[in-house]
Amino acid sequence: MGPASAGRRAAQLHRPPEGGPTWAALLTRLLTIAATALSAGAIAADMGAVTRVPLPRIEAGAGERCVEATAYMRRNHMEVLKHHRDETVRDGIRTTQHSLANCITCHAGRKTGRVTGSDGFCSSCHSYAGVALDCFECHADRPAPAMAATKP
Amino acid sequence: MSVDLDRRKFLWDSAALAGIALAPGITLYDLAQGRAPEIPAPKGVRWGLLVDMNRCEPGCDACVTACDSENGLPGGKRPTDAQWIRKIELKDVRGRVRSLPMMCQHCAHPPCVDVCPTGASFKRADGIVLVDRHTCIGCRYCMMACPYGARSFVHEPVTDQKPEVPRGKGCVESCTLCVHRIDRDRIPACVEACATAGHKALLFGDLSDPQSEISQRIAAVATTQVRADLRLDPGVRYAGL
Repeated sequence: MGPASAGRRAAQLHRPPEGGPTWAALLTRLLTIAATALSAGAIAADMGAVTRVPLPRIEAGAGERCVEATAYMRRNHMEVLKHHRDETVRDGIRTTQHSLANCITCHAGRKTGRVTGSDGFCSSCHSYAGVALDCFECHADRPAPAMAATKP
Repeated sequence: MSVDLDRRKFLWDSAALAGIALAPGITLYDLAQGRAPEIPAPKGVRWGLLVDMNRCEPGCDACVTACDSENGLPGGKRPTDAQWIRKIELKDVRGRVRSLPMMCQHCAHPPCVDVCPTGASFKRADGIVLVDRHTCIGCRYCMMACPYGARSFVHEPVTDQKPEVPRGKGCVESCTLCVHRIDRDRIPACVEACATAGHKALLFGDLSDPQSEISQRIAAVATTQVRADLRLDPGVRYAGL
């Protein structure tokens, strides 16, 4: 038997049965089905909030709305606060609209009276996002007893 | 007639223009007597204190306790406890005891500001010397530089701060002249407490306004700046030292 006949036999061995799919094609189809099922499961989990990571609990603040649009505040609250803090510390400008104290007055938890802690407005979101929250190393995390919030 | 009307209009317009031109300067100058929250601390003002040692009672620490409760300080006596104001008793050779409060002297040329490597130690436009805790790295150069030993370092974590007075571990701090009260047109807590205790040994006011009570008292009686030889021009003056 020469090398040519050996090659022919190998080709016969690997030839699929008549009309059926190749192994590779089968495998691909299986994988696709599995992936679809998995992603569907993930979406379902998202909808039902059944994840391994605890989602932030955002309690609605006091008053009708925030001092700025909610979407803007979600993205830019740190810049707003930083700008205001420099004005207050360096220049003595004590407007309340963008002050941290004003944030805390509205957003302190109804039960705890604080913005920190596992359900705190600031802490829960910061721990979900994995962003250090240094404000309350120095600042009080609860409103002043007689502090009235500034409406927008 | 029309000429008269024009002239009248011209006069009114000029008066209005003059008003606009003068208003900013006048407003800033008058701010010593209360200002709106959106207006920065004015440049024309220099806040200061006058301590009348003839009225300061030895053994009384009303100013110290008032400072502690106003600013949320521990009020402890350990060397590591923050202390923004303290009472010092002076005894002369014949045993006569006199006392005085010692705190940040709010110098016009503060050495703490000179040495600060980050710019955290600064002098506000109205002469109050402060620490910006957001920039303070806790190196304590300013504590070394201050000839009055007025500054403290926070060694331990702080909880339950006063909302108006944020303070925390790792920063240097000192008397702020109750800046949060001054910005709302109130006098410092120590001055208020001294008056409540009936001594009235502390007088707070604008040193650069010749009409203010503090300036007139300084013009009338002999006052001393502690370590005047250093030429730092402290904003706290002592009468009867």
